[in-house]
Amino acid sequence: MQASAPNTLYDKIWQAHVVAARGDACALLYIDRHLAHEVSTPQAFEALRLAGRGVRRPEASIGVPDHNVPTGDRSVPPAGAASARQIRLLEENCAEFAIEHIPLSDLRQGIVHIIGPELGLTQPGMTIVCGDSHTSTHGAFGALAFGIGTTEVEHVLATQTLVVRKAKSMRISIDGELPRGVTAKDMALSIISTIGAGGGVGHVIEYAGSAVRALSMEGRMTLSNMSVEAGARAGLIAPDETTFAYLKGRPKAPQGEQWEAAVQYWKGFASDDAARFDAEITLEAAAIQPLVTWGTSPEDAVPITGKVPDPKGISDPRKSRAVERALDYMGLAPDTPITDIYLDQIFIGSCTNSRIEDLRAASKIVKGRHVAKSIKRAMVVPGSGQVKRQAEEEGLDRIFIDAGFEWRQPGCSMCVALNEDKVPPGERCASTSNRNFVGRQGPGSRTHLVSPAMAAAAAIRGHFVDVRNWPNGS
Amino acid sequence: MEKFKTLNAIAVPLPRDNVDTDIIYPGKYLTTIARTGLGEMAFETIRYRADGSPDPNCIFRQPPFDRAEILLTGHNFGCGSSREHAVWAIRDLGFRCIIAKSFGDTFYFNCLTNGLLAITLGEDEVDRLVSSAGDGKILVDLENQRVQGPDGEIYPFEMDGFQRDCLLKGLDAIDLTLQDEDLIAAFEAQQRAEQPWLYASPSRTTDPSQ
Repeated sequence: MQASAPNTLYDKIWQAHVVAARGDACALLYIDRHLAHEVSTPQAFEALRLAGRGVRRPEASIGVPDHNVPTGDRSVPPAGAASARQIRLLEENCAEFAIEHIPLSDLRQGIVHIIGPELGLTQPGMTIVCGDSHTSTHGAFGALAFGIGTTEVEHVLATQTLVVRKAKSMRISIDGELPRGVTAKDMALSIISTIGAGGGVGHVIEYAGSAVRALSMEGRMTLSNMSVEAGARAGLIAPDETTFAYLKGRPKAPQGEQWEAAVQYWKGFASDDAARFDAEITLEAAAIQPLVTWGTSPEDAVPITGKVPDPKGISDPRKSRAVERALDYMGLAPDTPITDIYLDQIFIGSCTNSRIEDLRAASKIVKGRHVAKSIKRAMVVPGSGQVKRQAEEEGLDRIFIDAGFEWRQPGCSMCVALNEDKVPPGERCASTSNRNFVGRQGPGSRTHLVSPAMAAAAAIRGHFVDVRNWPNGS
Repeated sequence: MEKFKTLNAIAVPLPRDNVDTDIIYPGKYLTTIARTGLGEMAFETIRYRADGSPDPNCIFRQPPFDRAEILLTGHNFGCGSSREHAVWAIRDLGFRCIIAKSFGDTFYFNCLTNGLLAITLGEDEVDRLVSSAGDGKILVDLENQRVQGPDGEIYPFEMDGFQRDCLLKGLDAIDLTLQDEDLIAAFEAQQRAEQPWLYASPSRTTDPSQ
């Protein structure tokens, strides 16, 4: 590391992992952690076998099924032979290559991006990869974490390295205090609607500013999780006392004397004061409102007080056509007030918003009330078995069940709709997940992305409401 | 990996921004364990009608675009999920090259690991290619890093030298990396000395409910 040149946090993690240069812009980077799930790995393990290659460091990987696991009764096999085969193959492949595997029956099973931090696997300064785009979640700890394809999974398994092109750096600073009822999810949607779904392409985003510092680790994970929805390769938040306090005592975090040494090492992972970024964005926390998406890209977000746009009012013909297409798919008329949008389905879950704080926030809205009669289905899917158990110890499950929600087993569930949890064609869902793409929650599904509190309030009223005006606070 | 040197082929325009990987390869088909034969499911909501029958009016199915080996598209193509299935499906449809205004990062890397050349050109350049796509073939020359439109117009493109070399030679990335195994071992030895906690054992945890 050059002592003279000021570096960004991203530069520092990068430099600490270069094994060899690869041309001008790429490098062979060492990978500290690899997370494996059932959907993106079968072809990688198969290719390893066909090439007669082994796994270089089995202890640097961990496998857990999450994408297509059933979230209902776990005593019956998963619906669909193909899903069952993927879940079985993950277990068999992990066993064959001596990789730790957390089975469905284990309390620690859950969404891979929930359990990595929960177990203390995710640590500052690391490189972390997974065959899943929301690997960006782990950037909340100041780890360089990004999604990779299956061929790259094979590369990591075989070599514990990856050829990576150095991205540009972007800093998004959010200062001030978030208004009551406004969450990390709204920060993320606000950023994406500001810079666009492609605004971060080719960049790694570092989040800074007092409003980011004030977030809990869970809020930081929500924010960093959505980096990929802004097109960024990864998100980063410099580790601080909040980070260290979260990690301390977790089973896979450094223990004993090594803990102090690790914390000292981690404290070096912050951007130097004089570090220059390729792009700088500034947002005021106080100006952020609860947001709702109306279209089929996460950038299509407006405040709860806003309206669905009118394509006729957009001068760029390509953008106008895109809005028209999105509104047609979403079954929405131009200029509809967001609070006039009625829902059929409510989904509280996903790697974006299924941690204990998310469930607490939603339960506060729901407590003592009942889901509106017009809502066909409302479900809460905790991010992991441990989140679920903690919520049950706090009595949150009773609050949700009494209000008419389903209280389900952990998994990706209705965010990716690979299991039985799907939004039926043409139905409209308020979802705490990360993507509102065409068909994302099931063929013909219509998704509105919101925070957990906003989803909970929509469940009670049947349509979107401003959670800032909710009785008894949010 | 299949080499890529030059390609002279028809290009089909899909002039939209933010074409995500769910559009390219719907999530419901991710339960496959295959890498091949995925083209049938590619661009399902564009290539098929709601009843599941092939849509003859879709541009992918109309001559001469039904023979296209190049895809012309807008900003942030392949955004969203990291699923490599999206690239496998596009390859399986017969495409060897995508020309876009920008790409989703992970999708871009997935293209290169599968011998699918992903080229980024400017806003106006792509628009010009889109408007002339029906007039004839586009010539893509990776060695000289240039695209020639049906009208003879030349568009140079940028590409990382290392990644270009891998494509031109069809190199297997893992084989290449394994040649540096001593460097990897040396890195690990140093990291183990500096951050012993990363190598601490036992690393396995147990189910706390047991």
